[in-house]
Amino acid sequence: MSVDRRQIEEFVYQEARLQDEGRYDEWDALWTEDAHYWVPANGDDTDPDRQISIINDNRKRIATRVNQLMTGERHSQVPPSRMRRLISNIEIEEDGNEEVKVGSNFILIESRSHSMTTWAGRTVHTLRQEGGTLKLARKKVILVNNSEALPTMSFLI
Amino acid sequence: MDTVTPPVDYEDLIKEDRVHGSLYTDTAVFEDELERIWYRGWVYVGHESEIRQPGDYCTKKIGLQEIIMARDEDGEIHLLHNRCSHRGNKVAASERGNANFFRCPYHGWTFKNSGELTGAPYRSGYDESFRKQDHGLGRVSRVASYREFVFGSLSEQGMDLREHLGEKGMEAIDGLLALSPEDDIELTAGWLKHRVRANWKMLVENEVDGYHPKFVHQSLFKVSSSQITDVASDKASSVVRDLGRGHTELDFRPEYRQMGKRLAWCGAREDSLPDYVSAMEEWHGKERAHELLVDGPPHVMIFPNLFIAETDVFVIEPHSAGETVQYQTPVFFKGAPDLNWRLLRQAEATIGPAGLLLADDAEMFERNQRGVQEKSPEWLVLRRGLERERTEDGCTIGNLTDETGQRAIWHHYKELMTRD
Repeated sequence: MSVDRRQIEEFVYQEARLQDEGRYDEWDALWTEDAHYWVPANGDDTDPDRQISIINDNRKRIATRVNQLMTGERHSQVPPSRMRRLISNIEIEEDGNEEVKVGSNFILIESRSHSMTTWAGRTVHTLRQEGGTLKLARKKVILVNNSEALPTMSFLI
Repeated sequence: MDTVTPPVDYEDLIKEDRVHGSLYTDTAVFEDELERIWYRGWVYVGHESEIRQPGDYCTKKIGLQEIIMARDEDGEIHLLHNRCSHRGNKVAASERGNANFFRCPYHGWTFKNSGELTGAPYRSGYDESFRKQDHGLGRVSRVASYREFVFGSLSEQGMDLREHLGEKGMEAIDGLLALSPEDDIELTAGWLKHRVRANWKMLVENEVDGYHPKFVHQSLFKVSSSQITDVASDKASSVVRDLGRGHTELDFRPEYRQMGKRLAWCGAREDSLPDYVSAMEEWHGKERAHELLVDGPPHVMIFPNLFIAETDVFVIEPHSAGETVQYQTPVFFKGAPDLNWRLLRQAEATIGPAGLLLADDAEMFERNQRGVQEKSPEWLVLRRGLERERTEDGCTIGNLTDETGQRAIWHHYKELMTRD
């Protein structure tokens, strides 16, 4: 794909910032129509059609998730978590004609009034050029603790 | 100087229409509950479908005790304490697996998956007074299944499982299985594990709370076409029911029967699961299948820890007075792959730590847990619907939004905490 590494990195950083800052509709606009947003549970490569996932959203459900947050009444995000994630270890995993697959690691610090929680894992973004813009087709988030009991995670991971 | 902490006076703290906030926060209460509820009565442990093959095992908890649920080579199920009889190490390190033997990593002591010690290395260090049969893994005193739901009791005495469940508890489980055209379910989708900083009893009470959905889940109802609002409004003819023995339910059948539509309970159009419907008609006969497909699954809280959440199963695990983990999985109905695919999709959306529904329930529990520590007022008011309770078929029922369920749970709880 004729996209350079810098553009890819910028996309990944921008996506993170939109999530951190609760800019839900701008984040929603990043996705392609065949979007798949997946956070597996109990392992890194479970079969999402036979095993429960923490998040397994298609385009429609991504929109529902975003719209729910935008009502301002999703109690677990009232007030919204204040967050910053650090992204590093960015690696181009696959560079095809149509799509590029980017792996990266993250540490996310989530602050709420009664807790500060550290989240960490590896994200695999699949990006695609659509009409001259980079769009997000697939996002897989592998939390380091996806086999353990997790606190509420109602922000955008 | 020795100070003796006076025992908790449960009579004082639990009244007909109110309970004291300290019941959710006091560590002495939590300790009492371990002895009087978790280590005495019947506690749900796991489902037989989780250990289908001989040698399969998984690790679960009873209260704070770490338990191995294992199927031996003869197919029998054992509940064993995950604790080497030698010096206390863990013999099962993984959450699940298949093993005919457990070998302790510390000194190599080896146990059959039915608990017997088969060998301790360097045998010459022990004389003939060391008998293997004295050193097996600890066994949960009583193990019993009802329709493949495995329960354990650490106490050798007490009523049997069928009595603990009661007619209504057993009917609830039967009602769930009846929605499978093979009369069988599997809990094999894996478990979501949600850590909540709240007392376990808040979760138990909420499972049969028909008052909260419109308020807690408003944000989801606004943006999706969920039918929960129809069956869960104050105008609905649904009821809350005390099933006895601390078990409680929300019964949406009156509302579903009024609507008269099949599959409303899983948000599907009547014609969208033709294979499932014809398999159900084949198994149950057309008329009975129609009834079942209109009525939907039970919504029953089996005290203290098993919640049949309609098309999901939740298991409540107490960690401390202020912390609980809820395990959640969708039900797979045997012989209904098209239904199961749908239920898996729904479960992903609604339950678990990122669940569009459950995350907000957990938020309520956590705020409540902080709130009940305030010095004023000290009591939680549980009087909703007290004046309009009635009896039907020997069970106390209330309107859906009434607190009949909570009162029933506390009544049973008080009995357990005050009896000898």
